[in-house]
Amino acid sequence: MTANDPSSQSLQLTGNGQLKHFLTLDGLDRALLTEILDTADSFIEVGERTIKKVPLLRGKTVVNLFFESSTRTRSTFELAAKRLSADVLNLDISTSATSKGESLSDTLLNLEAMASDMFVVRHSQSGAPHFIAESVTPGVAIINAGDGRHAHPTQAMLDMLTIRQHKGAFEGLKVAIVGDILHSRVARSQIRALNALGAEEVRVIAPGTLLPADVESLGCKVEYDMVRGMQDLDVVIMLRLQKERMEGALLPSEREFYRLYGLSQDKLALARPGCLVMHPGPINRGVEIESAVADGPQSVILNQVTNGIAVRMAVMSMAMSGQVSERTQVAGEQG
Amino acid sequence: MTALLNMDQLLDQLESGLREQMTRRGIESPTLIGIRTGGVWIADALKKRLGLTEPFGELDISFYRDDFSRIGLNPRVKPSHLPFETEGRDIVLVDDVIMSGRTIRAAMNEIFDYGRPASIILATLIDLGNRELPIQPDVVAQVLTLKETQRVKLRGPDPLHIEMRETE
Repeated sequence: MTANDPSSQSLQLTGNGQLKHFLTLDGLDRALLTEILDTADSFIEVGERTIKKVPLLRGKTVVNLFFESSTRTRSTFELAAKRLSADVLNLDISTSATSKGESLSDTLLNLEAMASDMFVVRHSQSGAPHFIAESVTPGVAIINAGDGRHAHPTQAMLDMLTIRQHKGAFEGLKVAIVGDILHSRVARSQIRALNALGAEEVRVIAPGTLLPADVESLGCKVEYDMVRGMQDLDVVIMLRLQKERMEGALLPSEREFYRLYGLSQDKLALARPGCLVMHPGPINRGVEIESAVADGPQSVILNQVTNGIAVRMAVMSMAMSGQVSERTQVAGEQG
Repeated sequence: MTALLNMDQLLDQLESGLREQMTRRGIESPTLIGIRTGGVWIADALKKRLGLTEPFGELDISFYRDDFSRIGLNPRVKPSHLPFETEGRDIVLVDDVIMSGRTIRAAMNEIFDYGRPASIILATLIDLGNRELPIQPDVVAQVLTLKETQRVKLRGPDPLHIEMRETE
């Protein structure tokens, strides 16, 4: 299951090009990504009402299937499903049946037997949501909430929504992603989204040990020196440095990493005025970002969290909608 | 089929009917809400005719439709925009055409998610009959009976006009 797997396109789109699963941004064109952002804009307005709920997924059951722990992503998916009026079941698989030896397929069969309509899947193995989408009962939508090093498409789309809110459009924008690109599913999805939406330049800034071998083929420029890399930037996206990487001898020390690749006020001053500061969270203050920058006027880190709910509402309702229209199409063909 | 009034006459009818309703109910400063797209154009025209200063609201009922499980989500949904508190207000809900009544049901459900209005008056430019729900407009400019092959649509916003056509 590679990032360029052509089967992902037919797997996640209906015959009419509507979303029916949301697994990866591969194969999704600019029009569809824009439709996701536009739909999310409408859901932002819902979040500002007295009653922050619409009846779209009323009577549907959404299962949050997290094989890997998560706080922010799981809770925003849960809130998104609840604001769509769905019933939500949260399953932390690491503490449930699979640890008693049940296979993934058996776990899924049991959940389908509970008449679930959507699985939101996070898994440490790249391609796990694809696997589930291939084998799931027709009519059930699969949403990827992060798989291995492969993709985290809803995170990338909430980042795109945040950029569009503040910058208006993607044309002419220079965007850098800084930090551990090698292990980051977020970075891969962000690079795809930025290219598809027409950003002028996508740059990755990282030490060689934290870059994948084929990084330029993802569609980005590479910069090893952050001082040079900050020039002309409109948006800088910091990635979380996973502490366990230190032990793999990929990095000298936290302090050394911060000196070279941490976002300080001095380094931010090298970018264009009004350069947005973003971070998917959770942030390590003083490791990849200075506290004053994370809390500063150019930071949109908390906007990203709010937008996460709206983007997840958009993707969930669009995928459910795709499943509906595919089912009616099939019914129509059968007369 | 009945002959169709021109747009100015239709709006005159709607305005005078609405003024009468407001007088009868003792409403001096109503809050207008138009349903996208046609209802918004009509709300705009009514706002000018009634000399209201408060902006009118725009409702996109896509998230409240009752046929999601049959036809899915409208891909061109836009945010609803109610730039005022609805709680305790006298609302005039405006649409261009009423038929089944399902749009109005969805719109009222949506309005109540913003707060509890004191009252809602329903004003529609054209009533095509064929109701499927017990919902009736308080003010109508014209009632039309169409043949099965006939369709009517409001075009606008400038100029506003009613388009009638025959389907095959």
